[in-house]
Amino acid sequence: MEIAELNVAALRKMLDRREISAVELTNYYLDRIAQLDPDFRAFITVSREQALRMASAADQKLATGEGATALTGIPVAVKDNICTNGIRTTCASRLLADFTPIFDATVVAKLKQVGAVLLGKTNLDEFAMGSSTKESAYGLTPNPWDRRHVSGGSSSGSAVAVATGMVPLALGSDTGGSIRQPAAFCGVWGLKPTYGRVSRYGLVPYAPSLDQIGPIGRSTEDIFLLDRCIAGYDPLDPTSLPEQAAAAGIVTGSLRGLKVGLPRELFGDSLAMGVKERVMAVARELAAAGCILTELSLPSLQYALPTYYLLAYAEASSSMARYDGVRHGKRACSGSDVTGMMTATRQELGTEVKRRILLGTYFLGKDCYDDYYVRAQQVRTWMKADFAAAFTECDLLLSPTTATPAFTIDEEALDERALALTECYTVAANLTGIPALTFPCGFLNHLPVGAQLMAPAGAEQRLFQVASHWEAATKRQTRCAQGDQKGAFYEL
Amino acid sequence: MNYETVIGLEVHVQLKTKSKLWCGCATTFGAAPNSQVCPVCLGLPGSLPVLNQKAVELGVRTGLALNCTIAVCCRFDRKQYFYPDLPKGYQITQFHQPLGRGGWVEVPFAAGQRRVGITEIHLEEEAGRTAHFPPEADNPGYSLVDYNRSGLPLLEIVTAPELRSPEEARTMLETLKVLLEELEVTDGKMEEGSLRCDANLSVHRPGEPLGKRVELKNLNSFRAMEAALAFEAGRQGVLLTNGAPLDREEARTWNEAKRKTVFMRFKEQATDYRYFPEPDLPPVSIDGQWVERLAAGLPELPEARRGRYLREFRLPADDALLLSKNKAAAVFFEAVLGFYNGEAKTVSNWMLGDVTRLLKEEKIGFTDLKFGPEDLAALLSFLDRNEISGKIAKIVLAEMFQTGTPPAAIIHARGLFQINDPQAIKALVLETLAANGEAVRAYKSGKEKAVAFLVGDVMRKSKGRVNPELLDRILKFELAVDEIKDIGLD
Ligand SMILES: [Zn+2]
Repeated sequence: MEIAELNVAALRKMLDRREISAVELTNYYLDRIAQLDPDFRAFITVSREQALRMASAADQKLATGEGATALTGIPVAVKDNICTNGIRTTCASRLLADFTPIFDATVVAKLKQVGAVLLGKTNLDEFAMGSSTKESAYGLTPNPWDRRHVSGGSSSGSAVAVATGMVPLALGSDTGGSIRQPAAFCGVWGLKPTYGRVSRYGLVPYAPSLDQIGPIGRSTEDIFLLDRCIAGYDPLDPTSLPEQAAAAGIVTGSLRGLKVGLPRELFGDSLAMGVKERVMAVARELAAAGCILTELSLPSLQYALPTYYLLAYAEASSSMARYDGVRHGKRACSGSDVTGMMTATRQELGTEVKRRILLGTYFLGKDCYDDYYVRAQQVRTWMKADFAAAFTECDLLLSPTTATPAFTIDEEALDERALALTECYTVAANLTGIPALTFPCGFLNHLPVGAQLMAPAGAEQRLFQVASHWEAATKRQTRCAQGDQKGAFYEL
Repeated sequence: MNYETVIGLEVHVQLKTKSKLWCGCATTFGAAPNSQVCPVCLGLPGSLPVLNQKAVELGVRTGLALNCTIAVCCRFDRKQYFYPDLPKGYQITQFHQPLGRGGWVEVPFAAGQRRVGITEIHLEEEAGRTAHFPPEADNPGYSLVDYNRSGLPLLEIVTAPELRSPEEARTMLETLKVLLEELEVTDGKMEEGSLRCDANLSVHRPGEPLGKRVELKNLNSFRAMEAALAFEAGRQGVLLTNGAPLDREEARTWNEAKRKTVFMRFKEQATDYRYFPEPDLPPVSIDGQWVERLAAGLPELPEARRGRYLREFRLPADDALLLSKNKAAAVFFEAVLGFYNGEAKTVSNWMLGDVTRLLKEEKIGFTDLKFGPEDLAALLSFLDRNEISGKIAKIVLAEMFQTGTPPAAIIHARGLFQINDPQAIKALVLETLAANGEAVRAYKSGKEKAVAFLVGDVMRKSKGRVNPELLDRILKFELAVDEIKDIGLD
């Protein structure tokens, strides 16, 4: 099997047995990026030199065995809205084309600490606002299973890099589904952790009360390993949760008696038939393994999308205020005074970002605040209660990750409604702060379909356990997508 | 025409913490520009604020001293506007749920003491500082921003509109300043900007509703504040008298050079700050027991101290006020009493009289004195024991002030002990009488004033050390004896 198709555990074995060095492994992936990425533009920046330096440091770590962990020497890609000291962080915006942070995000520092090798920074919709990378200033990253289709967004660079085997693991960020939707579209695994589980320090904010960094990989175990590395209390992030004991591994064992809820609202008419069938196949497999399936209702879900838009855009309008050209990023030379300079600078922002700033600014206006923002917060509170109630009836929820497989890259398909359709399955986890995991559950035509599991806050282990059961039961094995295969992802 | 003035204050207090409100940067005043900055206070993308608990503590202490109800849970909001010295494009402040509400403070106005309400106190961050350089021949002008100040902790104190004159506003601000210094929550230096004040003022005819108010900004000293308010009250008073009172709220700034307030903008043009809860900071729950501990640890505040001085030491009202509102003076005063058995009033007389005069000449305060409270106590004891005269005491005090030498040493070294021995005084008197026959004759011919000359002569010879009462008696006695000799009754 090609190295590109190996999971982290297999790479770990090779590194530990000295069958390959971290430098060789890094070179292998760098070559693969050079070969494949011109077609995908998954990377905005490939940090070759830094990567090789880190790899050689990892080799030393492995030689002495001191401080070596599961990820030592393993290449990782990082979404380009996560700050990397000395490596430019563009957020896929023209405005930050030359922005090089002077500090590492906590997740990056953690990766460096265990000796993981940072390969580069991946493409996204500008400032993570979008679902297709159509909003990237660096071009669209197409779907690796069919380049006529989108790869989702906003963490599509990370999802595509993983799906094509340009890197075994990647970090994304998820505000309304930005990890899960591209992971599902690309046929890989993605986790949106519990809000506060992973430090946001160094994540360029879109909507801070919803943003969360999480792992993308080619197996449940792979994302488990990356999640375990980046999770933990961070004194630099005031919304970070108290430290929890790190799990040694994924809990295995019987799923007997585990109650799996199927929210009626997420199996409605907007769902593509084929998607529904594939997710129901997962449900049947879980039932066969002893899980108890419960159909239930989460009435608050019908307001999830408007609530998400109101809160996310409101926060976004504020998050984006700091790009005024005064301290960092590009500064427009036009403008006769400081206000003129700021206005001209902000013209550099893309259409979608501007649209969200405008809407968010409107929502927060003193005449609208009570009707929009305050009400949305009320719905959010209700939604949390609604989910808490559901989790008294079941241990986790199963749903599709998106209503359809990846749509085509033509303009019409990218309209608001189509995008909204994909988001309505994912935003609830962000609004309620609970963890959600997407895993591939088959193909529709030749495009991957994702299933989503949601659990109560802090119950990531339950998600890993169920997802890895499905993976084992179906004996699915990953293969890399290269843009023109037809459904060759799995061998059953 | 008769009109009434209503004033409320918004006081910004820089809290005295070692590090900034959201980051570990130092807070030293006057450091080189942009030398005390980091990703957080520069608002770099991805940085997050972490609340400095010391700032909350200082805020709570102030709230308690101002008799506010401290919030069980407070939170932060974002106030959005664009300015180069505001690095995030919003200021983190408290709008919806401030740290404290509904307090009051006792203020000793000239017309008598009165309670003034405190509407609310809230925590917020400072912005940076922008310096503008106007165009010159060889450049088109530019601006520079120093972010050292960015993220310093501020406490805003909003008073109720219960002040009735510029003088009252000034007294209110002075009272607050003293109280804040007493609490050791701020440096309170208006000249360094660690204490700043905006004011709202309106005028109206007695019995009629309040007028439209004007917000006055840039009141950077007590004098500027009083002058701006007086100017503004006069301006609005004239408008009211002319039958054309203000019909719109406006913001004005004090122009020190022109000695007048200058229009900035109408309030309806004011920016919509689009406040909303700061998502990066969870709500802050304030533990009731912690607040109780802080309350128990509050120092005695000027108002309480003033009451105690009146009760315990029976000081005159003016003395009690002056000593109690100056913490250094109060500490010194009470320390002197610890070494001194005489009247408290004597101590306050000397402290507020001669000592204060010397301090003012040197422009220093009680904490800068070279001598200690035990020295002043010793000096006053010498005086009480008649070992030195009042005049001598002033001379000794002046030397103590200059050199810090204890009074006993000065008195011994310079031989300043009072001459209380009647025989010694008699000898001096006789010497004077013998040498000043003319003055003696003038006295005898009824010129009482000649006595003063003779007293002066004795004092000159004794370097002022003769006990003046004894001298008076002995001199008059010896003159009488002399007269009897003349008559020949001896
Ligand atoms: Zn700082």
